[in-house]
Amino acid sequence: MSQHLIFLPILIPMLAGVMLLMSPFGKTKMNRRITSLSLGALTLLVSIILLLTVNGNGTQVYAIGDWSAPFGIVLVADPLSTILVCLTTLLGFVCTLYASSGDDDKGNFFHPLLHFLVLGVNGAFLTGDAFNLFVFFEVLLIASYSLLMHGGQKRSTRAALHYVILNLVGSAVFLIALGILYGVLGTLNMADMAQKVSLLQGDDVYLAKIGGLLLLVVFALKGALLPLHLWLPNTYASAMPVVAALFAIMTKVGIYSMMRFYTLIFGEHAGELSHVAQNWLWWLALITIMMGSIGVLASKSLSKLTANLVIVSVGTLVVLISVQTVGSSAAAIYYLVHSTLVTAALFLIADIIGRQRGHVFDRIEAGPPMLQPKLLGVCFLIAGISVIGMPPLSGFIAKVWLLKETVNINNSEIFWTIYLLASLAVLVAVTKAGSTVFWNHSNTQKDIKAESVRPRIVNSMQLVAIIILISSAPLMTLFAGSLSEYSQSAATQLHDFNNNVNVILSGGK
Amino acid sequence: MELLYASCIGVLVSCGVFLILRARTFPVVLGLTMFSYAVNLFLFSAGRLSLNKAAVLGYSSEYADPLPQALVLTAIVIGFAMTAFVVILAIRGRADLGTDHVDGYEVEVPVKKIIKKRKVKP
Repeated sequence: MSQHLIFLPILIPMLAGVMLLMSPFGKTKMNRRITSLSLGALTLLVSIILLLTVNGNGTQVYAIGDWSAPFGIVLVADPLSTILVCLTTLLGFVCTLYASSGDDDKGNFFHPLLHFLVLGVNGAFLTGDAFNLFVFFEVLLIASYSLLMHGGQKRSTRAALHYVILNLVGSAVFLIALGILYGVLGTLNMADMAQKVSLLQGDDVYLAKIGGLLLLVVFALKGALLPLHLWLPNTYASAMPVVAALFAIMTKVGIYSMMRFYTLIFGEHAGELSHVAQNWLWWLALITIMMGSIGVLASKSLSKLTANLVIVSVGTLVVLISVQTVGSSAAAIYYLVHSTLVTAALFLIADIIGRQRGHVFDRIEAGPPMLQPKLLGVCFLIAGISVIGMPPLSGFIAKVWLLKETVNINNSEIFWTIYLLASLAVLVAVTKAGSTVFWNHSNTQKDIKAESVRPRIVNSMQLVAIIILISSAPLMTLFAGSLSEYSQSAATQLHDFNNNVNVILSGGK
Repeated sequence: MELLYASCIGVLVSCGVFLILRARTFPVVLGLTMFSYAVNLFLFSAGRLSLNKAAVLGYSSEYADPLPQALVLTAIVIGFAMTAFVVILAIRGRADLGTDHVDGYEVEVPVKKIIKKRKVKP
């Protein structure tokens, strides 16, 4: 049984998605919610068990159909992918909880789609095969297309159209890149690719370089790296907030793939092709941080603000990936977990704030006062402090850590300047947004009229979901020691080329 | 054969890119379809082009690489599903936005408004 454990975080969401489409489980609203929540909790439980197993026994490798690598497809659960699987299932569970208070009513298929999305993301994190990565990308993308349209507002159709067309082009480019790499290397198993890439000679080197850089285009599109980030703010702001919170993990799939490809395959051991994308990543990421912080300052609503915060976090993560030291990867892993949870929390809080402010929604302007300003204010304060990176919450630790890891690199002063200025911009924008939304009330005729249709107070399920997400900030501070140790060991394994290749190709023995 | 094959892919890609850059959903969908055809052909060629070689071991002295064929099959299936989705989405967009422009509004909107105003006045 324990050998099949790796497969369960993929299998359970798939079964959950299928079950929720069938009669007894998907028949009524209540049945759907109970099934979805219990299966979500089961997935979470399984991924936590997987995390403990990997932490205790080291990397687990699972050959699907018992076809050994490099001929068959393998799933690899190393510390990095396992913690991301845990993060995904936690986020999926929290979003199910939040949506169960009423958002899932707007269409019949919210719960199955959510589970299919979790299936795709988990698969992308766990797979050790480049083509299989493509397949899981498509699974998560088609679920995300439908989730984006969920709720069926007209304004979301346009954003969905752009998002779908962009991603279809991205998938085509992904296939071209994989075709080139397969043609040159003759394998699609990531560990095997890493081994063969250093043996290339002559023209094949250039072909492999083209393949590697085309992959960069694809991952930059998924991860919203400049100049391919323009789809993100509109898409996230037009999706239902709970869907946007769930999408907080989707850019991380792109980031994770960059980590894998540019540290394992095109990393130090790739001979002529080592660090093929490093310069691109470094400069693009710096400009991404800049553009993201300008976007943060210019945002007119809380959801747009959060979407732009996602872009800043993507830029920061990619800078850390381009540095390619064990320390920077460890900081990146900690920062990744922190930023995913806190941006998801901000999307949900913005939703509640929007519901309680009547006709101004979550726009950053004077409006009618909220029903529960204290409760929401505290939530926003915690999430805000964490996302800005002020002490004492997790954002601060992440910030100090990543600054520490970038002291000794070339051009570190450029990164420090840009990053600290961006932090300042985030500080100004979040403070301004908070003070306007919470303290600046207007009492125009329209507001008084809106008073009568004031929506209800925050639902307990929504509150629990938000509390789970924001409690991650103090918890990640309290357990910073063990978490940083874990990310350190995950980063060490990520960079340990020989061990990686040997473990995966020998089937985990 | 290589020249024919390569130029076939090239023509398909250029037509596809040209059509994707149009601002209407229908040409964009057609362009995406052409682009994915080109990609499928390209993937197929990743196993090298060859004649009279079986993709099964032991039936001929030399054999073709079976993996690209499997990859192409997967890519075709996925591409088919995605095309179906984008067609439905384009129809929905036409219904929701009232136009088949990808941005949801026409560049000629001001002119139309003027015409509408004129019609209303008398």
